[in-house]
Amino acid sequence: MPQVMDKEVKQGVQQDEPIVKYENICKSFGDLEVLKGIDLDIMPGEKVALIGPSGSGKTTIIRMLMTLEEPTSGNIIVNGKNLWKMNKNDHLVRANDKHLRQIRGDIGMVFQHFNLFPHMTILENCTTALIHVKKMEKKEAEERSMKMLEKVGLGDKFDAYPSQLSGGQKQRVAMARALVMRPQVMLFDEVTSALDPELVGEVLEVIRDIAKDGEMAMILVTHEMDFAQEIADRVVFLDNGVIAEEGTPEEVLEKSNNERLQSFLHRFRNGNGV
Amino acid sequence: MIDISILDVFPVLLKGVSVTIQVLVLSAIFSYLIAFIAGFGRLSKNVLVRKFTGFYIEIFRGTSLIVQLFWFYYAIPMLFNVQVGSELMAGVLAISLNYGAYMSEIVRGSIIAVDKGQREAATALNMTRFQQMRLVILPQAVRMMLPEFGNYLIQILKATSLVSLIGMTDILYHGNMLRSTNIAMAPTIYLLILVFYFILALPLIFLTRKAEDISKKGVASS
Ligand SMILES: Nc1ncnc2c1ncn2[C@@H]1O[C@H](COP(=O)(O)OP(=O)(O)OP(=O)(O)O)[C@@H](O)[C@H]1O
Ligand SMILES: [Mg+2]
Repeated sequence: MPQVMDKEVKQGVQQDEPIVKYENICKSFGDLEVLKGIDLDIMPGEKVALIGPSGSGKTTIIRMLMTLEEPTSGNIIVNGKNLWKMNKNDHLVRANDKHLRQIRGDIGMVFQHFNLFPHMTILENCTTALIHVKKMEKKEAEERSMKMLEKVGLGDKFDAYPSQLSGGQKQRVAMARALVMRPQVMLFDEVTSALDPELVGEVLEVIRDIAKDGEMAMILVTHEMDFAQEIADRVVFLDNGVIAEEGTPEEVLEKSNNERLQSFLHRFRNGNGV
Repeated sequence: MIDISILDVFPVLLKGVSVTIQVLVLSAIFSYLIAFIAGFGRLSKNVLVRKFTGFYIEIFRGTSLIVQLFWFYYAIPMLFNVQVGSELMAGVLAISLNYGAYMSEIVRGSIIAVDKGQREAATALNMTRFQQMRLVILPQAVRMMLPEFGNYLIQILKATSLVSLIGMTDILYHGNMLRSTNIAMAPTIYLLILVFYFILALPLIFLTRKAEDISKKGVASS
């Protein structure tokens, strides 16, 4: 009974194995070598904060997982499947769009600049992918989206357009839009750094809320060190294209002896980190 | 005296209105169609398709519409022994290919002008390329195209008068015929022709304004 076996193995995989595995990932833009061999495992439900100086490649790391950028070499494994390579006649070849689509359904992303669809209402922003990608009934999609909008505190704005919202509200909609798809891994790319300082809190509050729910893995690129310390299971410090330090928030943010990390954190605590 | 001549001219010109409108409507439809096809062609991943569309666009933008019209009506049928068909076909084909070439640049430019974060967000929601175009990119791009499309519609209306040169009985044709029998009426005739075209243009001007409003509302940057 090979099929049953398969199933059991798969369940085992989901519990003990990482949901995302970066294997010796390198990435160059032209002559610029941005990532020089990244190995990183993300466990199901794990919250990982990714920190590092500007230009160290934090955004690039998560964009490759979202299939927005292709690695120069190395493998990214999602749920046991190679993201950027597929089998063709017993050869590993570059993944095509269909292959990418099969895998990236498990991944969601929230962008620094929200990227809401300006021609759709808030509700439509949330329902459109449910209806067209997940083939959900419109009514069901709307119910699920309304619940999520209420959860992020924007239930009353469902028929507004993005241009009518504040930055903090836009980012909360962007999160609702990503969350209704129920990804297993959610990527956050400095989601508060385009916001006015007084709007940061409401967005962090929502992330805190999502994190508490538990089952979804999260990779947060962030410059909010206190927030990283608060919600992350693990902090990863990226420097010069490699992972220079990684561990629990306490280990990395308080007890590390890494000099580059020390000076990076020092710059932050003096308030000119960004 | 003048009153009488206006009353004489008016019904003659009126006979041409339906032809003018017919050429306008058909040319507009085909121009937009060609504009989209060529606009996408210019954005194709296939080099050959890109080059070929680029070639078509440069040819039709780089030569005059009136010469193109004569080509379709006189030269091509003789040279290649293909019947382009009626005057209407030749006229609509020339105008559509000419304006389609111009407007394809608007289509291409508008699609490119949609913020690349929009496509990325659509990818993150796992839309297919086709869904990304249909649900996210095009609705925003079309809003950007609308005002320019309106302007070109007015230009197409003006260009329709060229079909009188291949014997189509539009407003200008009837005016010219009348003038050839009565040269003294020329000022009245051409004044009235201007008025006719302007009245036809009015709804188009109104449409363009509307399009500008829609366009302003539709794409606020996120
Ligand atoms: N599409 C691209 N083309 C060329 N260079 C790029 C591209 N994307 C990123 N880079 C470069 O790669 C390097 C890493 O970029 P990345 O955005 O990943 O850094 P980051 O750690 O997110 O920085 P920041 O904190 O400023 O957001 C930078 O030097 C950047 O200029
Ligand atoms: Mg970044």
